[in-house]
Amino acid sequence: MVVKVYGPAFASPKRVLVCLIEKEIEFEAVPLDLLKGEHKDPEFLKLQPFGAVPVTQDGDYVLYESRAIIRYYAEKYKSQGTELLGKTIEERGQVENWLEVEAHNFNPHIYNLTLQVMFSSKLGFSRDENVIKESEEKLGRVLDIYEERLSKSKYLAGDFFSLADLSHLPFTQYLVGQIGKEYMITSRKHVNAWWNDISSRPSWQKVLQLYPAPL
Amino acid sequence: MKVHGSPLSTSTQRALACFYEKDIEFHFVNVDMGAGQHKSQNFLSLNPFGQVPAFEEGDLKLFESRAITQYIAQEYTDKGTQLLLSGSKDTMAVLQLWKEVEAHHFNPPSTKLVFELFYKPLFGLATDTAVVEENEAALAKVLDVYEARLAESKYLAGDQFTLADLHHLPNAHYLMGSSAKKLFDSRPHVSAWVADILARPSWFKVLDMQKQ
Repeated sequence: MVVKVYGPAFASPKRVLVCLIEKEIEFEAVPLDLLKGEHKDPEFLKLQPFGAVPVTQDGDYVLYESRAIIRYYAEKYKSQGTELLGKTIEERGQVENWLEVEAHNFNPHIYNLTLQVMFSSKLGFSRDENVIKESEEKLGRVLDIYEERLSKSKYLAGDFFSLADLSHLPFTQYLVGQIGKEYMITSRKHVNAWWNDISSRPSWQKVLQLYPAPL
Repeated sequence: MKVHGSPLSTSTQRALACFYEKDIEFHFVNVDMGAGQHKSQNFLSLNPFGQVPAFEEGDLKLFESRAITQYIAQEYTDKGTQLLLSGSKDTMAVLQLWKEVEAHHFNPPSTKLVFELFYKPLFGLATDTAVVEENEAALAKVLDVYEARLAESKYLAGDQFTLADLHHLPNAHYLMGSSAKKLFDSRPHVSAWVADILARPSWFKVLDMQKQ
């Protein structure tokens, strides 16, 4: 069964795409134009009642929430492709720890930057420079903690690449690209080495090549 | 094993509810947040973000309440309440989905409401009614989705109480004691669900810790 992934142009669905490629799982991308509000269509809301991307459809089996989807496929195909959850329950604990850090400490600030810098004019509201400044400062403090962590281990959960790293790819790509704040990564030695490592993975390069950003 | 936190912190309460459900003995280390202990060098070595809770078991150090509960539920599957669905990977994924819904849809507006309606009055600060209105509207939309879901199954991930429900306990508790209670009361399935989960003995034990 080929897995359908809705909304490939956008950042959160890319978490799923890069995971499926790492796990060598066949999929089909279903484009959706969020800027036209296609994610609020009644048909789509039947799949995802909150009206957000991504959604995956595997036969009758529908899932949403990118970090739930990547956990599912990483577990279901544990012995296929790249191991993304660690080998032991203790390693898995660290993967969960840093996935939560990504979701609750890293993502809110980088998401605000993305919304304000990249999408505000498209979505018809004006950039709020205070929000941008504040988000940048807070993200900087989070990255300082990453710098410390990555001086001790090559990846966030330990010396192995995992979902915890993978989950950072889409929005960090915006940060060094369209958002224009590459310095936040390059000025931190270990964060920079980590970013160069994870963003040069063939899986991520393939996602970027196949599904360009909407802007 | 050690849990560092504060009985007044909702994230600490989330982790503690899990320990009680799993019937696991732990040593609780009170972090005096009023005195800034969560920003001390000692504590930062447990959690570099300077937030509670933090968890230690031998060499394993974890933070982030939802990562701690996931680890405990998985490592101690044979103890206490089964908080993960033991069936197929598909049912497990539905559980993960509802955990993410809690973290990304329920938690943001409910946390802001708890801050405005509980913590601010507690510390003698004025509640911002505009913030309350905005977040009540946001939470109402989320609870509409919950109402539809809970019409189909008793709990969020299926017919069994799981981590997906447990993670709601702290914020649901404070909201049920505030003017935001109406958002739950007006939705019959949500109302029955929240009454059910708040009546769990594990939750009473968490509340008891505040009295100590």
